[in-house]
Amino acid sequence: MQDKSKIVIGLLIFLVIITFPIWYNLAGGKATYRPDLKYVTDAKECVAPTDYMTSNHMDLLNEWRDEVVRDKDRVYMSFNGNKYDKSLTNTCLDCHSNKADFCDKCHDYMSVDPYCWDCHIIPEEVH
Amino acid sequence: MSVVLSLFAIAVLVILPLIGTGLLQLEYLFGVIIPYAAIILFLVGMIYRILKWANVPVPFRIPTSCGQQQSLSWIKQNELDNPSTFWGTVKRMALEVLFFRSLFRNTKVELREGPRISYTSDKWLWLGALAFHWSFLIIFVRHFKFFAEPVPIWVDTLQLLDGFFQIGLPIIYVTDAVILAALTYLFLRRIFNPLVRYISLINDYFPLLLLMGIAATGILLRYFLKTDIVAIKELGMGLISLHPVVPDNIGALFYIHLFLVSVLFAYFPFSKLMHMPGVFLSPTRNMANNSRMRRHINPWNYPVKTHTYEEYEDEFRDLMRAAGLPLEKDK
Amino acid sequence: MAEKLPKPEQLAEDIKYSPPPKDWMDPKTEFKKGTFNYSAVPSALDYLDLPNPGKWQPHDEEWPLPDNWQETVLEGMRDRLKKYRSFQVFMDICVRCGACADKCHYFIGSGDPKNMPVLRAELLRSIYRRDFTTIGKILGPLAGGRKLTVEVLKEWFFYFYQCTECRRCSVFCPYGIDTAEITMMARELMNLIGISIDWICTPAANCFRTGNHLGIQPHGFKDSVDFAVGDLEDITGIKVDVPINEKGHEILFVVPSADYFADPHYYGFLGYLALFHEIGLDYTMSSFASEGGNFGLFHSADMMKRLNAKIYAEAKRLGVKWILGGECGHMWRVLHQYMDTMNGPADFLEEPVSPITKTKFENAKSTKMVHICEFTADLIKNNKLKLDPRRNDHRVVTFHDSCNPSRAMGLLDEPRYIIEKVSNNFFEMPENTIREQTFCCGSGAGLGTDENLEMRLRGGLPRANAVKFVHDKYGVNMLACICAIDKATLPPLLEYWVPECGVCGVHELVGNALLMKGEKERDTDYRGEPMILGKKAEAETEVAQKEAKDAG
Repeated sequence: MQDKSKIVIGLLIFLVIITFPIWYNLAGGKATYRPDLKYVTDAKECVAPTDYMTSNHMDLLNEWRDEVVRDKDRVYMSFNGNKYDKSLTNTCLDCHSNKADFCDKCHDYMSVDPYCWDCHIIPEEVH
Repeated sequence: MSVVLSLFAIAVLVILPLIGTGLLQLEYLFGVIIPYAAIILFLVGMIYRILKWANVPVPFRIPTSCGQQQSLSWIKQNELDNPSTFWGTVKRMALEVLFFRSLFRNTKVELREGPRISYTSDKWLWLGALAFHWSFLIIFVRHFKFFAEPVPIWVDTLQLLDGFFQIGLPIIYVTDAVILAALTYLFLRRIFNPLVRYISLINDYFPLLLLMGIAATGILLRYFLKTDIVAIKELGMGLISLHPVVPDNIGALFYIHLFLVSVLFAYFPFSKLMHMPGVFLSPTRNMANNSRMRRHINPWNYPVKTHTYEEYEDEFRDLMRAAGLPLEKDK
Repeated sequence: MAEKLPKPEQLAEDIKYSPPPKDWMDPKTEFKKGTFNYSAVPSALDYLDLPNPGKWQPHDEEWPLPDNWQETVLEGMRDRLKKYRSFQVFMDICVRCGACADKCHYFIGSGDPKNMPVLRAELLRSIYRRDFTTIGKILGPLAGGRKLTVEVLKEWFFYFYQCTECRRCSVFCPYGIDTAEITMMARELMNLIGISIDWICTPAANCFRTGNHLGIQPHGFKDSVDFAVGDLEDITGIKVDVPINEKGHEILFVVPSADYFADPHYYGFLGYLALFHEIGLDYTMSSFASEGGNFGLFHSADMMKRLNAKIYAEAKRLGVKWILGGECGHMWRVLHQYMDTMNGPADFLEEPVSPITKTKFENAKSTKMVHICEFTADLIKNNKLKLDPRRNDHRVVTFHDSCNPSRAMGLLDEPRYIIEKVSNNFFEMPENTIREQTFCCGSGAGLGTDENLEMRLRGGLPRANAVKFVHDKYGVNMLACICAIDKATLPPLLEYWVPECGVCGVHELVGNALLMKGEKERDTDYRGEPMILGKKAEAETEVAQKEAKDAG
């Protein structure tokens, strides 16, 4: 039939599109890449448990920003009773001063573009 | 009844991965085996069904003409609704597939006293359907970021556009809101429009509820019960590179989401969802209206018993002669 | 029949668009008098070599079905799913969105939910799901599957002979699902076990034998034509010549048989004859191909092909160059979408060229058959006719698009152009009821019988209602159309819903307006009704036109 070839071509186009990730990664060869975060601090713990920080750090930062900017409330009482200054630059970046190796790796991996650095100055990398 | 059964089915589909990964540690089953099985079913099923359709001939050229035909040179043809060429048909199909042109014509009938019948334009179904399908497509493409490294620039751009309004954190995607609204509308329409409820089957409620479940769990994962998305991408990359890994810090909610998506994929080729490829193969839309210009061939056109002129004349010869009609054989 | 009918207001009053609370899966069909067609008579089935002829009526408790009828139907379904992609795809992809629900004239006029196109198709689709799909085989009723029972068959009979294959639903369906295709399949399946209706099988048998569905034999055909020639001479004073079965002419002219037999078709027939005489067309008619209409279309693809074959055969025998076709709806669906494929190629004919204007009918270059409206519109455009539209001043005209020329062809502007040139008072019906959205007369596809009158009146309500609208608003008193079934079935329909509106063919208006060389002084039209020329008509026209302007 004359239209069978058209249908098969259409089907192939569909299959190529739907399997895009497979051949994209075959071509790029980066399928096994996983962001490997570098910790450049001796501190043993963060302001919140690691699990929470991994998935919800943006919530915390958002909260901090609102409380500091709107209420001038600068003191954060952490889960284990330590007090921290609610500050990206002074608290977070104090330990995680390596933005490229800490923040960006995951953000790039997940194609996330946080607007932290619209206001905050990117710190000097510490090697 | 159909609604209740469909709801029940969805509930089961939610509970299965919840127990499976929450209690029984079956992360590998729900994270790797089932998704693989679903994808294979989807691809094989799609190919099988489409090839099955392709193998059925189109014996006659039967486009539904929705506008003026091509005839005399001075009569303006409606090329979009009654194309007579291949490219005209491509345009008609593009409008159909991308913008649901036929559904755009939808009217609503009202019978008043008199009787007086009126037809008013009714675009809600069109709007709901278009909103759902486009949102779904955009969301689907956005998810490529879990399966591609580095994330392609167009996926990036798409999510940037989708989050255009920069509301909330994480930024709310317009499509997330739209798809939920559209699905809710389509579902409520099935329940509250008496005619549509009358024609609705489990086959209709189930996929709608399944999609609502997928959208809802997806939205929960992104905005409310956040999870480690780096781990999820790791799972995704493992799946597509055929080196599956199951990272441990992924919550049950994600497995529910993934399981529902797997069910959607597996269910797709065996259901009415095949309207997706089917719309391309509808002979009333994808054929040019040129049947008097170019002979359409029916591959199974077999001879049939006809009544020939000779038989006719044999039966009526005397009467024809008496009436003075010309004869082939005048014996 | 007529005296038992309720008054129009009453009939309309009990139309409710609210379905019953119980679902539709478990049928119990009530064959109420006036809403169904009588069964096919054995003699017709025998003549056509069709299986299982039996004496029965739809309302009988027992139907004379062969023992293995389910097997036969399912086997027939399997066979057709492999032969028609339309059938296979349409069975698979409906999402039951309901866009088609209120597009069917039978649903609008009856409120019966099984007349929603989607549900009509589901009657068949539910069987398909149970017996032909994986999920249906496993889940059965849970997946919307049904078993093929006698009750289901009765329901098929009732509702697939309550579809006029008009394709209006297909215009609105997002996938173009065409209930006409599904109805055709369902009817073919029922034919396999001898379940059919008389008003399809008897005309088909007649047509097979005598060349036309009324069973008019060759001498009767000649008489009818002679009678028309005589009438035309009485009216115009001109004796035209109509060759029949003559070889060596340029064009074979094929009309639906009602044109030379029935009222008001006949006046359109006079119009053709006058027109052809005036332009000196070299044509012949044929007593063998004396029917363009094709009741086979309403029966099965095979029957359609069997009946249609005579047109090309006769064109070949008579040695014409091309074929011209008269005003008819489903006839043109067959000619436009099926004939060439089924009985072509017509390589013994030449590409149609108008002998008068030399216009090439490019759009018919393969099938070699031209619609009379295409032909006449071309004549008028090229100033080949002398027309006096004032002769139709006593008619305030609207145009009814027939289902098939509009939705299976797209012949929309040709007849409009003609009407505008032969009439001074032309008003369109509302836009959702014309062109590709036109409403069926409610009697097509073999359903135009007296026993089915109530259903026809219901099905015709949307069309009639739109006519009533222009009748009330603009004083429309004549509905022009280009379909023989319309001409046969719209007069009683309009009489019921819109008294005071007549029905005519477009070529009746043409004939009436045509100034013929040497014609005598005329003061009546083809129907013998006085023509109102001059001041009075002008005044009336002005009023109507002013009202139209004010309104719109």
